[in-house]
Amino acid sequence: MTPDPVAITRAEVAHVAKLARLGLTADEIDRLTGELAGILIHARDMGELDLTGVEPTTHPLPLVNVVRPDEVEPTLDRDEVLAAAPEVEDNRFRVPRILEAP
Amino acid sequence: MDRAYEIAASVRSGERSAREVIDGYLDNVAARNDELNALLLVSADAARASADAIDAVVAQGKDPGPLAGVPVVLKDNLCQRGVPTTCGSRILEGWKPPYTATVVEAVIAAGGIALGKANLDEFAMGSSTENSAFGPTRNPHDPSRVPGGSSGGSAAAVAAEFAPLALGSDTGGSIRQPAALCGVVGVKPTYGRVSRYGLVAFASSLDQIGPFATSVSDAALLLDAISGHDRRDSTSFADQLIPVAPSLNEGVAGLRVGVIEELTNGEGVAPEVRAAVSAAAAALEAAGAIIEMVSLPSTQFGLSAYYMIAPAEASSNLARYDGVRYGLRVDGDDLSTMNERTRDAGFGAEVKRRIMLGTYALSAGYYDAYYGRAQRVRTLITRDFDRVYENCDVLLSPTSPTTAFKLGDRTADPMAMYQSDVCTIPTNLAGHPAMSLPWGKGADGMPVGVQVLAPALGEPTMFRAARVIEDAAP
Repeated sequence: MTPDPVAITRAEVAHVAKLARLGLTADEIDRLTGELAGILIHARDMGELDLTGVEPTTHPLPLVNVVRPDEVEPTLDRDEVLAAAPEVEDNRFRVPRILEAP
Repeated sequence: MDRAYEIAASVRSGERSAREVIDGYLDNVAARNDELNALLLVSADAARASADAIDAVVAQGKDPGPLAGVPVVLKDNLCQRGVPTTCGSRILEGWKPPYTATVVEAVIAAGGIALGKANLDEFAMGSSTENSAFGPTRNPHDPSRVPGGSSGGSAAAVAAEFAPLALGSDTGGSIRQPAALCGVVGVKPTYGRVSRYGLVAFASSLDQIGPFATSVSDAALLLDAISGHDRRDSTSFADQLIPVAPSLNEGVAGLRVGVIEELTNGEGVAPEVRAAVSAAAAALEAAGAIIEMVSLPSTQFGLSAYYMIAPAEASSNLARYDGVRYGLRVDGDDLSTMNERTRDAGFGAEVKRRIMLGTYALSAGYYDAYYGRAQRVRTLITRDFDRVYENCDVLLSPTSPTTAFKLGDRTADPMAMYQSDVCTIPTNLAGHPAMSLPWGKGADGMPVGVQVLAPALGEPTMFRAARVIEDAAP
C-alpha cells in the first residue's frame, strides 16, 4: 500500500458520499474525513502480511447454487406491502421524477 | 432465577400457568425498563393472549412444546409480522414487517412467547448500544455503564430478568460481547446453523442469530429450537444437525483445549480478564481436559480485515433504504435528491461512517488495497484456526478485553470502540461457533466473560466445555 500520510482527502469523501447517496452536510464531511483516515491507517497493518498466492474468502461456506422446482406459491400480501410505502399510486410505489421534463 | 427449562417443564405439566409466568416477567419489565431502556417495545397484550392459548393447550392434555410458556425477547432487527421493527434506526421507525423471521416462528412453534423487541445499536453496528436512535440501554449491574452491543438490549433484558431467554444477532461479537458485559450466557452459532430469514441484513457473510440465557442448559434449549435447515435461507445447512442438549453433561475428560495466546495475553486485555481465562482453563484441566497454549498469529489482523469486510457488505445491504418502498422518506424534487435527503436524515453517525467506509473500500482504485486484501487476510485467519483445530477440540480466550465501560467513554473515538470486538471478530470471519460465559466479577464489580470457541458445527463439544466452566465459575 502507498505510504501516503494522507489516507483520504475531503474531496474523496465528498465523492464517496455521492456514490453512497448520502446527502452529507459540510460538517459531516469534515468529521468523516478524519475518522475514515484513522480507520484506513489502522487497516494498513495488513500490509505487513505476505498475501502472495492467498485466495480471497468471500464467504465462510463452500456454497453451491441452491435450486428448487419452479412452482407458483403465495408471496407477500400486496396491500400489506404497499401499506408500508411512503407513497403509492395505482398499486405501485410512487417516487419523484427521475428524468427531466421534455 | 428461574431457568427456562424449569418454566417449560412446569407449564407442560400444568403445575404453573403460562399466564402466571408472563405476568411475573411483565412486572419485572414494568419495574425497570424505563431506567434501563432494554426493550423498545413490550408486546404485553399479545404475550398474555399467547400465554392463555398455551394454557388452553395444556388444559386439553396436549403438549405446547419444549419452550412452553417461556418468554423470549427478540432483538429489534428480527421481523415479526405486524409488529414494529426499527433496527434502532429512524429510517425504519414505525415499519411493520409483512413477514416473520424463521427463528421467531420456531420459538412460537415450540411454545415460546414473544415478549417484546430489544434495543440495539442502529442496524447492529456498535459495541455499546449507544448508537441506537432511541437512546442507549444501560447495564443492569450498574446503570452508569454500557451493556455492550450491538445486542445490548437482549443481554440487559436477560440480566434484568425481563425474560429468561433472548435472541440476538452476532456479526463481529454482537451476542458474545454484551453477554460478557451483562454476566449472562451468549452463543454465536456456526454460520449456516440457524436461518437468517427475517433478520435485517448487516453483513451477510458474517451475520448469525443466536441465544442469550442465564445458563448453558437454557442456551442449549433455545439453540436447539432455532437450528436447522430453512428453504428460505439458502445458506442454512441442509444436513441434519446434531443437537447440543443431549450431550451437555458428558464432561471434558480427554478434551484438548487450546488457550489463544494472542487474544489472551494481547495488549489491552485487563489483568482480571486474563486471570478469568486462566482460571477457566484450570477448571477444565481439573475436570480431565488437556490444556495447552496455542498461537493464531493472523488473528491480530482480524480487526482490520473485519472493518473492511463488514462495512463493505453493509454499504451494499443498506442501499435498500432509499425512501421508496418502506420507512422514512424526505421529499426532494427528483429521485436522487429524495434518496440523499432520506438517507442523511434517517441514518445515524455510525451507520453513515460504515456506509462511507464500505463504499470507499469497494470503489474503483481502492478495492484491491483494502477489500481484496481483507478477504485474503480472512483466508489466513481461517487457515490458522484449521491448523490449531488439528490438535484441539475447543479453544479458550477472553470475550471482551475489558469489563463494561461507562456510557460516553468510547463514543468520541471509533477505533477505541472497535477494539471491544478484537477477541470475537476472528470467529465470525471463519464462520465458526463461539460462546461467552460469565466468570465472576472484576475489581469494578462488573461481570467478566470467557469465550469458548469450536470448529464449524462443533457446538455439542463447545457446550460440554461450557457446562464444566459454568459449574466451576465463582
